[in-house]
Amino acid sequence: MKFSEQWLREWVNPEISSQELMDQITMAGLEVDGFEPVAGKFQGVVVGEVQSVEPHPDADKLRVCQVSDGNKVVQVVCGAPNVRQGLKVPFAVVGAVLPGDFKIRKAKLRGQPSEGMLCSESEVGLSDSHEGLMELPSDAPVGTELGNYLKLNDIAIDVDLTPNRSDCLSIKGIAREVSVLNSLVPEAPQIEPVEAVHSEVPDIRVDAPEGCPRYLGRILRNVNLQAETPLWMQEKLRRSGVRSIDAAVDVTNYVMLEQGQPMHAFDRDQISTGIVVRMARPAEKLVLLDGQEVELTDQTLVIADHEKPIAIAGVMGGEHSGVSPKTRDLVLESAYFDPITLAGKARHYGLHTDASHRFERGVDYELAREAMERATRLLMDIVGGEPGEIVEVASADNLPKQHQIDLRSRRLSDVLGLEINRTTVEEILTRLGLRVDKLLKDGWRIQVPSFRPDISIEEDLIEEVGRIYGYNNLPVTEPTGSLGLRVNEEATRPVSAIQNYFVSHGYQEAVTYSFVDPKVQTQVDPEREGIALANPISSDLSVMRTSLWSGLLKTVAHNQNRQQPRIRLFETGLRFLQDDQRIDQQQMLAGVVVGNQYPENWVNGRRTADFFDVKGELEGLFSLLGVQIDFIASQHPALHPGQTAELLRDGEHVGWLGTLHPQVQKNLELNGTILMFELSLNSIITGYVPNFKEISKFPEVRRDLAIIIGGDVAFADVERVTRKHAGEQLTALRAFDVYEGESLGEGNRSLALSLFWQHPERTLNEDEVHSLFNGVIEALKEELGATLRS
Amino acid sequence: MENLEQLVQDGLTAVEKADSLQALDHIRVEYLGKKGVITQQAKTLGKLSAEERPAAGQKINEAKGQVEQAINAKRSELERVAIEQKLASESIDVSLPGRGQDLGGLHPVTRTLQRIEEFFSRAGYTVEQGPEIEDDYHNFEALNIPDHHPARAMHDTFYFNPGTVLRTHTSPVQIRTMEAGKPPFRMICPGRVYRCDSDMTHTPMFHQVEGLLVEKNVSFADLKSTVEEFLRVFFERDLQVRFRPSYFPFTEPSAEVDIEWGREADGSIKWLEIMGCGMVHPKVFEHCGIDAEEYRGFAFGLGVERMAMLRYGVNDLRMFFENDLRFLRQFR
Repeated sequence: MKFSEQWLREWVNPEISSQELMDQITMAGLEVDGFEPVAGKFQGVVVGEVQSVEPHPDADKLRVCQVSDGNKVVQVVCGAPNVRQGLKVPFAVVGAVLPGDFKIRKAKLRGQPSEGMLCSESEVGLSDSHEGLMELPSDAPVGTELGNYLKLNDIAIDVDLTPNRSDCLSIKGIAREVSVLNSLVPEAPQIEPVEAVHSEVPDIRVDAPEGCPRYLGRILRNVNLQAETPLWMQEKLRRSGVRSIDAAVDVTNYVMLEQGQPMHAFDRDQISTGIVVRMARPAEKLVLLDGQEVELTDQTLVIADHEKPIAIAGVMGGEHSGVSPKTRDLVLESAYFDPITLAGKARHYGLHTDASHRFERGVDYELAREAMERATRLLMDIVGGEPGEIVEVASADNLPKQHQIDLRSRRLSDVLGLEINRTTVEEILTRLGLRVDKLLKDGWRIQVPSFRPDISIEEDLIEEVGRIYGYNNLPVTEPTGSLGLRVNEEATRPVSAIQNYFVSHGYQEAVTYSFVDPKVQTQVDPEREGIALANPISSDLSVMRTSLWSGLLKTVAHNQNRQQPRIRLFETGLRFLQDDQRIDQQQMLAGVVVGNQYPENWVNGRRTADFFDVKGELEGLFSLLGVQIDFIASQHPALHPGQTAELLRDGEHVGWLGTLHPQVQKNLELNGTILMFELSLNSIITGYVPNFKEISKFPEVRRDLAIIIGGDVAFADVERVTRKHAGEQLTALRAFDVYEGESLGEGNRSLALSLFWQHPERTLNEDEVHSLFNGVIEALKEELGATLRS
Repeated sequence: MENLEQLVQDGLTAVEKADSLQALDHIRVEYLGKKGVITQQAKTLGKLSAEERPAAGQKINEAKGQVEQAINAKRSELERVAIEQKLASESIDVSLPGRGQDLGGLHPVTRTLQRIEEFFSRAGYTVEQGPEIEDDYHNFEALNIPDHHPARAMHDTFYFNPGTVLRTHTSPVQIRTMEAGKPPFRMICPGRVYRCDSDMTHTPMFHQVEGLLVEKNVSFADLKSTVEEFLRVFFERDLQVRFRPSYFPFTEPSAEVDIEWGREADGSIKWLEIMGCGMVHPKVFEHCGIDAEEYRGFAFGLGVERMAMLRYGVNDLRMFFENDLRFLRQFR
């Protein structure tokens, strides 16, 4: 809502500066978004009168004019097409300074001296229009400063109203607020009913009373729409951001800005027979005032004649029934449309009008008649005409009901945290137009006025009192209250522990969008389809991620393109899977690693990170969390077939670790060996609470062995067999060397292991260990075809 | 016995000349060992009279002591030199950089979230999570935003089908938590939220923290202290805070919170909108089966990126989601 400060001050004029006024309404909940002067900064511009116009001897498009500035007559060369004798115009005299620090000097144009400049609206900063000179009314006093004449010492204030405050979408509403804040009484213009001078009335039928509980019409005959809208009205409209069109449109807009009631004027001759307010029929068409043709839906409330729609109710009129300079008789409309019926309708047709903005938020349902009278009077002052009676069709069943709300003083002080004395409360409410209907034992029964549709419960009244009293005048107290003790599950680590683990292992946390490019997602997770957004912001953010890898790999590309060869990233967040009709949202942990394992250093810093580096880091994480995870060779469509591990906990899938498949890497235009993991966070976050075991006092025995195994035998197999045969007292098993070489035979590997035994209650004797050790060796030979390496 | 003094002299000279611990050991054996030349002098005692013997014995002992003392002194000396030589050979260039893994870092959003969570955890708030694909009921209806409410236009909503949306705020988590439990409640709901809007100052995804306190006796005044204290702790400054009436469908009364952020040209305080808050709307309680006559509550919400931008001076919201390492590394 944009309005002129001057206009507001005609209604209520507190003795405070513009800035104070804006601060005041901002703090009352009408947030001032900004303000701007209503004209550019200029000096030396007066009302001038063109006394004569002669052609320029040497230029076809220029005229040589004699212009009076009130004191003297000077010659001015002018190129504007609308310059003519007798015209009153803004005249910048020699020495004047126009907006943009443009100084007016004596000049010669094509040989003719010119002393000053005749101005367009844009040249004095009133609008963008430079279609010729600005034409001032013929009664404008010559020689008067233009700024004084147009009262340009004014600002246009832009208020960003919250959707509940439809009552402030008018000068009247804002004046009401300002009056309350300054304990003043607003001065509203007198509105008297206009007496009918003929008996012609519009034929109105409302077929959709739910959407249109009240409709008023009046005929104004024999108007002269050639008549110009007076400058004062044009200026108020302009300062409110509304363009002047013609007197009929200007007056309806003026009443809307002043009173808050959107109105419409039809050309009576273009309406065949009467007016019908009804829902549109499917596929009915209407050409709107802005020239666009729309196909209406049966959810749209329309104003129609007996043949066709002539307007979308509360949104925009039709072109055909609109007024024109030739219009003789007007039909004026002033109505109350139901906000819910109108909600979203304008947007459906790609429209947003001043009228729809107000009706959707709720117009004062008792305002229509007053507005009609106001508009009739203003119109007659400009275009003349003969008014008829007002016809009103109203449906009491569908109009909002007058209602009362009880406000308990106890509740008021409980919610605000302060006891406000009764007189203050009553004064605030009354000034806001909330009438105290009855005094209750503990409070008030309040009558809610028709212009406050947002007030429906006790809390709304409490807010009104608090808001006017001033939120900042309310006390500040610490909340008290009982706090129950909270469970702290020791076995479950907070996600922050995992995040900190990765940070200390050189990983940078990333936060990527939850919606991703389906083309990238198909590469990393080809077997699943991401849930698609119905209204994505762009095609590359159009499906929900089924894996955090999509976003992380895109981040790798972004950074590789910016000369970052060493990238270690992790992310936590949801992935979204569609499982029949169910949507599964799982908390995941994922990471990518590419480039050197360590920052380049002076000893051994150029080793590329490999599978086992990342595996080691994950193993560290699992130790931290206290979970036992098995890495099983497996296959994943996005991963290298020979470098993929599926991660299991007690046989249940928890995630993947592997090297990005070279083909996928190529498709995504990524560089280097990329290691990736993704785990279900909930599957690994709960470990165990430590349980003390007696420390053995007896010595530990170590035995090493080196075996040669075939390429198809995994370390996991060796470990399994070893553990099976090493007895209960085996405390640790470590691989300390892995070697592949031609000397071992094609595909064979040598594996060096160390085994540790310790008994909790006694020293193990040499024979026992020897026998267990030999048992292991025999089993490895037998079950895995291992040979001892000599 | 005449040569005892000579032997001592010789021994001391040899000790003096010894240049290693090994040589010194040889000298000890040569002079003081079982067959050492000074030790052997004891055999001459037998030839002496009983009267002469003690004095002569003492002389031999003194001679032994003299040499032994010299040997010990020399040993200390040689050991000291040896250590010094070893230390000298082991000296390193301590100015060379250290090795090993470098440090990663938390995303600035996480860093900011952790500070916020820490503040509220200490004040007894739990941290609650919920789904991001949400149903219309929890995202709108239960929060007193019915189908045709103009406030829906304030949320440019991403949707999958008419009943399923990407949550536009974390408030539905409050609803879910209240549905599942019994008052009193103190919770914050941090997380990702989504709005169908993308330009210089909007990203289609961002983070919010919303807080809720439900008690039998809580007021707007309590809300004010909670918000003010939080903002001062977060920015580590005793900044001015003001509450401005506003509108949210799920709170009544509602307020926007502004903080002091520099000065205008005329010296007046420059206010910056930082968060929204209010007293829980009775309709919201009703949807969660809580008696609004018995319990009251306050709620507040803030944008995490905005807090991070102000705190760390980041000037472009979009950088949070580009994940450029040169940006991220500044927050570790």
